[in-house]
Formats: sequence, structure tokens, C-alpha cells
Amino acid sequence: MREPFIRTVKRAELSPKQTAALRLAALLLALTAGGIFILCLGYNPFAIYGTILSGSFRSGLAIQAVVKIMISLLIASLAVTLAFKMQFWNIGAEGQIIMGAIFSSFFALFCANWPRVVLIPVMVVAGVVGGGLWGLIPAFFKCRYGTNETLFTLMLNYIALYLIAFLRDGPWRDPANPGFAKIATFEKNAQLPKVFGVHIGWIFALVLLAFVWVYLKYTKQGYEISVVGESQATARYSGMNVKKIILRTMFMSGAIAGIAGMAQAAGSDATLASGVAGGVGFTAIIVAWLGNLNPGSIFIISALFSILEKGSSVVQSNFGLSTDCADVLQGIILFFILGCEFFIRYKFVIRGKDGAGA
Amino acid sequence: MKKKLLSVLLCLAMTVTMITGCGETEEPLDPETQAMVDKAISDPEYAPVPKESMKVGVIHIGDPAAGSGYSYAHDQGIIGMQKEIGLTDDQIVRKNNVADDDPTAIEAAITECIEEGCVLIFATSYGYMDTCEKLSEEHPDVIFSHGTGYKGNGTNFNNYFGRIYQARYLSGIAAGLKTESNKIGYVSAFGKTLSETAGGINAFAMGVYSVNPDAEVDVKVTNSWYDPEGEKQAAQALIADGCDVIAQHCDTPNPQLAAEEAGVFGVGYNSDMSKDAPGAVLCSVMWDWSAYYTWAVQQLIDGTWTGDNYYGGMSEGLVTLSDLSDLNDPEAAAKIEEAKAKMLDGSFNVFDGVIETNEGTTVGEEGSTLDDATIQGGIDWYFKNVVEK
Repeated sequence: MREPFIRTVKRAELSPKQTAALRLAALLLALTAGGIFILCLGYNPFAIYGTILSGSFRSGLAIQAVVKIMISLLIASLAVTLAFKMQFWNIGAEGQIIMGAIFSSFFALFCANWPRVVLIPVMVVAGVVGGGLWGLIPAFFKCRYGTNETLFTLMLNYIALYLIAFLRDGPWRDPANPGFAKIATFEKNAQLPKVFGVHIGWIFALVLLAFVWVYLKYTKQGYEISVVGESQATARYSGMNVKKIILRTMFMSGAIAGIAGMAQAAGSDATLASGVAGGVGFTAIIVAWLGNLNPGSIFIISALFSILEKGSSVVQSNFGLSTDCADVLQGIILFFILGCEFFIRYKFVIRGKDGAGA
Repeated sequence: MKKKLLSVLLCLAMTVTMITGCGETEEPLDPETQAMVDKAISDPEYAPVPKESMKVGVIHIGDPAAGSGYSYAHDQGIIGMQKEIGLTDDQIVRKNNVADDDPTAIEAAITECIEEGCVLIFATSYGYMDTCEKLSEEHPDVIFSHGTGYKGNGTNFNNYFGRIYQARYLSGIAAGLKTESNKIGYVSAFGKTLSETAGGINAFAMGVYSVNPDAEVDVKVTNSWYDPEGEKQAAQALIADGCDVIAQHCDTPNPQLAAEEAGVFGVGYNSDMSKDAPGAVLCSVMWDWSAYYTWAVQQLIDGTWTGDNYYGGMSEGLVTLSDLSDLNDPEAAAKIEEAKAKMLDGSFNVFDGVIETNEGTTVGEEGSTLDDATIQGGIDWYFKNVVEK
């Protein structure tokens, strides 16, 4: 058979220095391409990039806004990390966030008179159960019937999303708001308290960060996850109960996403809104992979994403740039960074050039 | 294994309990300071804001660059205010495309205006109401002015709206004279569950009735203020049902575009929609928000801001009817002028006397008119020629 003109070949492991150089190059390329886009719109790229940074750090309020964006993104990224470590493609964090939010909102709406020290923990547990169950469903079908988890988790997202719409337009609709279909704003009692001006979801996020790091690195269960991820046959051979590990891990993955949903609803939205997940479940997938499924890196990457988002929003109002332009800019930057990850692992070999490490 | 999982969860729950416990502790203030704080909260005095340090934030649900419809109309009002008062461009901060069903996005947008140093924030869409209420407590030094809702705290959170039903009545005259099928369509965000939409439909229907008692007004509800596709489909369904004039109470000009496409007529809303659908629009029911925005900013500059709700109408210049297009019945101009004159001299207030509903009951009393509170919050019926589809 004739050799194709270009083929992709897996690279030998690059040294950390080379990897870092590639990533830096990708970042520079991304900024250059983004800069050309900004120039085409008739603005000064340096001013825009500068505004993204200064807009994120210009005041206490701005930093708080960045942290607020980061809370659910970080928690959701940790959630999918558990599943991805096991090579279980959980594309359903979005739905698991929503289910966690729905379950905890039930208590926020109908048990608002409970003492706060009881109510808030109950809401957290409800979030854990809601998200966990939503993660358990695809895991169960995968173990029992061998269904494709990528499609299964993806589709469950939409069921969860429409469930909110159903509750909003139907049984949970706020009767005090005739001009607008929404669920009632939570009583103060059912809203997360604030520490340093940001709801305590940020403490949840840090606790979970430590938890996931320890769990993956130092516990037997964490080890089991990576064995199942590398090879189910090996896991079975060494006497592990693979199905149980899959069910357990997906419950935890969903449960952590559920906490993100709870924190977003009770901390930030103060109601159950259809935008409670708002795409965070999908962005989390990118963050988890860019962070190489390493909790420490995930922390940094989610911080960078949050700065980009907050900064773009300031750019919109300061320069009158449409919100769509900010999205395009984010897309360009992501394109290069993700593309770079490909080149870290693979390279192109052109036909006729010999000895290219095939 | 299960036990381990359970214990992990329990640990988590306990940590959370501890954390929330800590978060709640607040040092009690001594009685004197507390009294001062209470007074400041209940009765803040807003010192005059010099024109040079005035900064105004505007939260839009759409993008004013659309050039028509709700956000455009509000932005024209802001631009009018800016010219009238004489503010520079960087004294206005706009946040566009802020979804009204995403409280986090709303809060982020408003907080950003506060970061920029805005002292007055106009939140233009109904769905921003609860977030404004929440933030007005957290930022007592910033004034939140919310359009179309009903809440307010009498100090730094007020509500602004107006007697748009006056212009709707006038546009009903144009529609009633124009229709040949005697079926007039009306695409509405909400129905009689909301006084604002029900009142608008009724005023329009009464305008129709005053010149054409045989015509009926068919209402289709979209359940959303901003739903480009749904608004278009609702209009198309009404046209398919035989309606030959399409009026609307929703944010986009799509119902008018649907009318033009089908070769029927329409009555626009928010801005002059004859720009969008010149072959269909008879006239448009319009807001001139600059009347309120100028008034509010001037109040703040003069130090006379009271935090009271604002409810203006045609006499304040807040509500207007666009010029009539050439498509109108020849009688329309005179009849509309006649009714308008009566509204302006106060001899006619639309909801006067005994009004028959479409369920055979009556509302109101001979010799009186519905009061503002009822008009803003208590209209839950339809006028007799209205049919909700």
C-alpha cells in the first residue's frame, strides 16, 4: 500500500523543557492570532489584552467576580477528572450539576424555615445525591448492558435541562412573578453565607480540591481507578471488582458535580435557574484535559479560564466590543492551546522523509 | 467499601457544617452604631452627584446594535438622556446581551458597572428585578432603577414604567379601521396572568372596538419577553387563522416581518418598526425612555432623588405613537387625533366607566376610572372582543 502524503505519528516522550517550550509557543501564537482578529476589528490588541488582565484584578469586587466564576468551574473539573482517570467519558457533568442543583433547591424552597446549620448541610447532601444518581445511571447501563457512556451522559444533560424548564414553568413557578416564568428566589436562610465577600462555595472547592488530590494519589480506591482506566483486564486479573469500581467512581464524579450545582444555585443564583450549569459542565472537560487530570494544574487552568471570562466581559463594556467577539477571541486562544496538546503527543510525517520515528 | 464511601460523605457534610457555622458569626454592634446604621438604611440621603462624576450603568437584554426593538428603544433613551444632560461617552457603561433568566450573569453585569464606578444603574428588563433587589441591599450607595417590574424599596431601588396602554388604545383605532377580515392578531409575551400585558391587550381591543365593534382581537401568548422564533411562529399562526393586522407586545420586530411576508398589516412596538417592515406597519406603539432617564439622572444631579417609583404617560412624553404610515385607512389620522386630544386634556383615561369582559362580567363603575394600582397590578380579565388562542 502506498504511504499517505501526511500521516500522524506518536512522538517519543518529550522532555518537560520541550513540552513547556511548545506550550509557550502555542500561547504566543494564540495571542498573535487573537491580536490579528482584534486589529481587524479596529482595536489595539495590547489595549484589549491589558484590559482583560486589569479588568480581572482592578479591585476587590473584580477579584471576587473571578473567584465566583471559578468556583463551579473548578468543582466540575474535579468531578470529571475522577471519571476520566478511569477512562469513563463523562460528558454529563452539565446534567449532574443541574440535578445537584434541583435536589438541593427542593430543600431551599420547601424547608427554608429549618435552622441554617441543618438546612445548608442537608442541601449539600441533596446536591451530592442528585448529582451522584445522575452519574450512576449511565454507569449502571454501561456495566449491565455495555451502553456507550459518551452518548448516554451527553443525552442525560438535556433531560436535566428540560426538567428545570418543566419545574420553572409548572410546579415550582413563582406565583409572585406573573410577568416572568421563574422559580422563587431562595430565602436568605437557604442562601450560602459569604466569607470574604464570596459565597462559601469557594471553601467547598478548596476542600474538594484537596480531597480529589489525596483520593487519587494516596488511597487504594484512587489506585483502583487508574488501574481500571489503564486496562480493565489487568484490574479483573488482580481481583478487582471492575463494575463496582465504575459504579462507585461515577457516583462520586456525579456527586462532586452536584456540589457545584448546589453552590451555584444557593450561593450565586439564589434561585434555581435554567442557566445554573451554563456550559460549565462542558468547559470543565477542557479544563480537566488541559490540566492533564492533575488537580494542581486544574486549579491553575480554571483560574486562567475565569480570568479570561471576566476580562472579556470588561472588554465588552469598555470597548463596546460585542459579546460575540469576546467568544471568538476565547475560541481562538483555546484552538491553539488544545492544538498544542496534540503536537505534544503526536507529530506529522510527510511522505518520503525518512526515519521519522515511526 | 460502601461504609468507606459513606464515611467520606459524612466527613464532607461535617466539614461543611463547621464552615457554615463559622460563616454566620457576626459581631453585634453597639446600640448607638446600630441605630445609625438602621437610620442610614431606612432613610439615606443622596447628596447631589456633580455632573462630571456622574456615571450611569445600563443592563440590556439584547444588543442595541440590532437597530430595532426593546434594547434599541432603551438605548435611544440613554443616548437622548446623554445629550440632554451633557454626559461624555465614558460616563455610560453598557452591558449587552445579559440573559434575564441567569441571575449569576445579571449579578456579574451589574457588579461590573459598580466596579466601573456607576452610581446609578438602569436595569431594563423584567427578569433583572430580584437581582436588583438583592444587590440594592449590598450596595446602599448605588441606585438601582428597574424597568417594567413592580418592586422597589423607596430609597436606592425604584421601579419605572408607564402608561403604554394609552398608545395601544390609539393603535387599536388604526387596526380596527384597517381590518377587512375583522380578525386582528396580537402576539403577547404573557396573557391575563400579568396586568401589564392584559392591560395592553384590553386598551388595544377597546381602541379597535371604538371604531369597529364587529372585529375581534385574537391573542397568542409566547411566555417570553424575548423569543425571536416563537414570536414569528405565533404571528404566522394568527395570520393562517385569518388575521389581517398583527399587533404585538414582545421584544423583536419578527411579528411585523411575518406580517409583511404574508402581505397583511401590523402595529409595531418599542421602536418605529416601519423601518423593519415598511410594507406592513400601520404605526408603532413607542416608548421614549429618554423622558425618564433624563428625569432620573437630573434628580440625582440636583440631589432631589427620592427613590419613588415612576409611572409616566403620554403627557410626560414617555409614551408616544409613531407617525402613521401611508398604509392607513384615510379616517385613521383624524380619529386618533381626536382620542389623543381627550387623553391629553384628561377627559378620557381608557379604563373609564363600566367595562364588559369577555366572560360576561363587568369591571369598574360608572363615572370613575380604574386607579393606577389596579392598572399596574390588578387587570386579570380581557375586554369583551378578545379571544385568547
